[in-house]
Amino acid sequence: MPIEVLMPALSPTMTEGKLAKWLKKEGDAVKSGDVLAEIETDKATMEVEAVDEGRVGRILVPEGTDNVAVNTPIAMLLEEGEDESALSKGGNAPATPGPTNAVPASEETKAAPSAVQAAAPAPTVPAAPVSAPDSDEDKFFAKTVKKTVREALRDAMAEEMRRDEKVFVMGEEVAQYQGAYKVTQGLLQEFGERRVIDTPITEIGFAGLGVGASFKGLKPIVEFMTFNFAMQAIDHIINSAAKTLYMSGGQMGSPIVFRGPNGAAARVAAQHSQCYASWYAHCPGLKVVSPWSAADAKGLLKAAIRDPNPVVFLENEILYGQSFEVPEDEEFVLPIGKAKIERAGKDVTITAFSIMVGHAMAAAEELAKEGIDAEVINLRTIRPLDTATIVNSVKKTNRLVSVEEGWPFAGIGSEMCALMMEQAFDYLDAPVARVAGLDVPMPYAANLEKLALPQVADIVKAAKQACYR
Amino acid sequence: MAASRRRPTKAQTDTAPAQAVSSEELLHYYREMLLIRRFEEKAGQLYGMGLIGGFCHLYIGQEAVVVGVQAALKQGDTVITSYRDHGHMLACGMEAKGVMAELTGRIGGYSKGKGGSMHMFSREKNFYGGHGIVGGQVPLGTGLAFAHKYLNDGGVSAVYCGDGAINQGQVYESFNMAALWKLPVLFVIENNKYAMGTSQERASAGELHQRGAAYGIPGYQVNGMDVLEVKAAADQWVNYIREGNGPVILEMKTYRYRGHSMSDPAKYRTKEEVEKMRSESDPIDQLKAKLLGGGHADEDKLKEIDREVKAIVTESAEFAQQSPEPDPSELWTDILVET
Repeated sequence: MPIEVLMPALSPTMTEGKLAKWLKKEGDAVKSGDVLAEIETDKATMEVEAVDEGRVGRILVPEGTDNVAVNTPIAMLLEEGEDESALSKGGNAPATPGPTNAVPASEETKAAPSAVQAAAPAPTVPAAPVSAPDSDEDKFFAKTVKKTVREALRDAMAEEMRRDEKVFVMGEEVAQYQGAYKVTQGLLQEFGERRVIDTPITEIGFAGLGVGASFKGLKPIVEFMTFNFAMQAIDHIINSAAKTLYMSGGQMGSPIVFRGPNGAAARVAAQHSQCYASWYAHCPGLKVVSPWSAADAKGLLKAAIRDPNPVVFLENEILYGQSFEVPEDEEFVLPIGKAKIERAGKDVTITAFSIMVGHAMAAAEELAKEGIDAEVINLRTIRPLDTATIVNSVKKTNRLVSVEEGWPFAGIGSEMCALMMEQAFDYLDAPVARVAGLDVPMPYAANLEKLALPQVADIVKAAKQACYR
Repeated sequence: MAASRRRPTKAQTDTAPAQAVSSEELLHYYREMLLIRRFEEKAGQLYGMGLIGGFCHLYIGQEAVVVGVQAALKQGDTVITSYRDHGHMLACGMEAKGVMAELTGRIGGYSKGKGGSMHMFSREKNFYGGHGIVGGQVPLGTGLAFAHKYLNDGGVSAVYCGDGAINQGQVYESFNMAALWKLPVLFVIENNKYAMGTSQERASAGELHQRGAAYGIPGYQVNGMDVLEVKAAADQWVNYIREGNGPVILEMKTYRYRGHSMSDPAKYRTKEEVEKMRSESDPIDQLKAKLLGGGHADEDKLKEIDREVKAIVTESAEFAQQSPEPDPSELWTDILVET
């Protein structure tokens, strides 16, 4: 059977073109890779190369023809042993595919009907509030010890490194210096330089290296001295770590933890004071965790290290030195995706994460003095967000104040507003209030810096407004 | 001689003649290169028919590089590259059917149709992608080398990048760590002279194989159009790497006949330049001449290989059209590993 040569598309958007010139004539022998013809579009002139070997039996579209539709047969090739008589048998009806040629797209569509078109559109947002299974954390609090957040993070890493040989920690100053903020103190002494690795100051390099190691089954903990520097590495966090499981059809994921201080420290100004919660929370394929207390830090970091997915773990430098009760049991692991009601209340719900949980708790105390009973939700995980806990709380209080240190535009508070519109609209008695960092780069001056960050008084004011007080 | 501009090292075997290569091996290289060539031609054709979408970067002309390097690797070694990746996958032993079906976006593709031409993987065959961000695969591949060393599994990581990627900063961050920690990594620069439409002369100062010199990484230029020269150089330096001596850079001087991607009119080079490479330096024609001239095979044997390769490619194209599109439910799978 003669082989049809079809008018090719040069780009996904091309539908037709001009057959500018034939470089082979009827009777010419061709082999794979030979240029048969030139075609022109409004953008470019391109060559049509032969894929099959044979002899040009018939040219169906003469040169100079305009507006030749993609996939129109433009010539017939005779295979070895065939002569012109084969042309009449094969004919030149466009729908008759040659034996080694692919069937035209229209035929193919019939043969393999598009399931996507046939089915109802898939949902773009979860239909109902979602939550991880309930935490069994209470039983662990029977026996606790007071620890700083810094110690809790270190203990979490050490325990998981003892438990799993594949866990290692790398980053700037994590080993000999004992951590720029002393979070990795003692790890080098216990685990040695094979597993506690000082890197050069080279964020995209070591983030990418960590992701590559995770593809092969290692479980890296990549410490960023602060998340501000992870902007250098964000390509690997998102394009390599978050997307590879999907792009590989589930073959290859990235069990990695990216951790370090996030948000404003104190007086370090614009380039060193930024909250990345909404940046990372935007991206499917990542989990985003942000602990407040030392117990949060320990239980969630252990969960993050054990998680087979990439986890962005947003700590806070100011919290490192703060002390909290932490369960002693090494099996104390908190579920990712589960928020914690830190303070139950009935009048207004306040959501917060990281250092802002402390502010929210202080605000709740102030509000109590004025007879307002606030419920404070420590989000703990930003993605996947525990929407069930938030929605259920609002069903009770009918009011929501979202608190975050980051900028308001497209921030976590914006997501809270969307959540309320979609899943709690009928329960709201007041507009959702957003308390957020001001929409400015972080200033250095002490007074300006204070003004730029959410204060307890801002939360109190927003909660009172939500309660029409 | 396998590689020019060698620097003396203890692993050096400069005066040693290129190892004798058996007829069987030569025929294997011929088959592998021809499979890539025919596969890519078919992919180009399917693209032309609208069956393959988006970007599609063909490897035609560069076949000797990946076939020669792969011949020097062992079971357990890992391979990673950027988006001109079909040849690498075939050389790693991935099935043509699965690769072609990924190109057409079907469930039978290596990534269930969710990755496409630029994003394909096979854990089984130790092929780690298929990455779409220029240069991104270099630290990732350095991380694979880190894992080989950490696990002490004796493996080597082969990391391919183009003459375009070699100017990315993260490549040097990787060189630095690879040299510092003596990681088992072979950096293969596939210098096909053009980073999309920008020639090496217009984009890159200095010699590419010397780009690791400041880190103490040995670097050599190799004729990437000759599979035997590639194989000999890769053999020598993969062994050197496997012995724990740290990374090596091999710059393969090669050439792509087709455009950067399908919609590239290739105005940045002359037709004569392309034609000269094709007629004088084609890796498949060169090997064919050696096979016939050296009495390793006769025309019939080569025709038999042609037919076998053609059958594989034809079958892959049929499979790639018959395999259904992914079910809509696949939208929501493989985002996170369930816990």
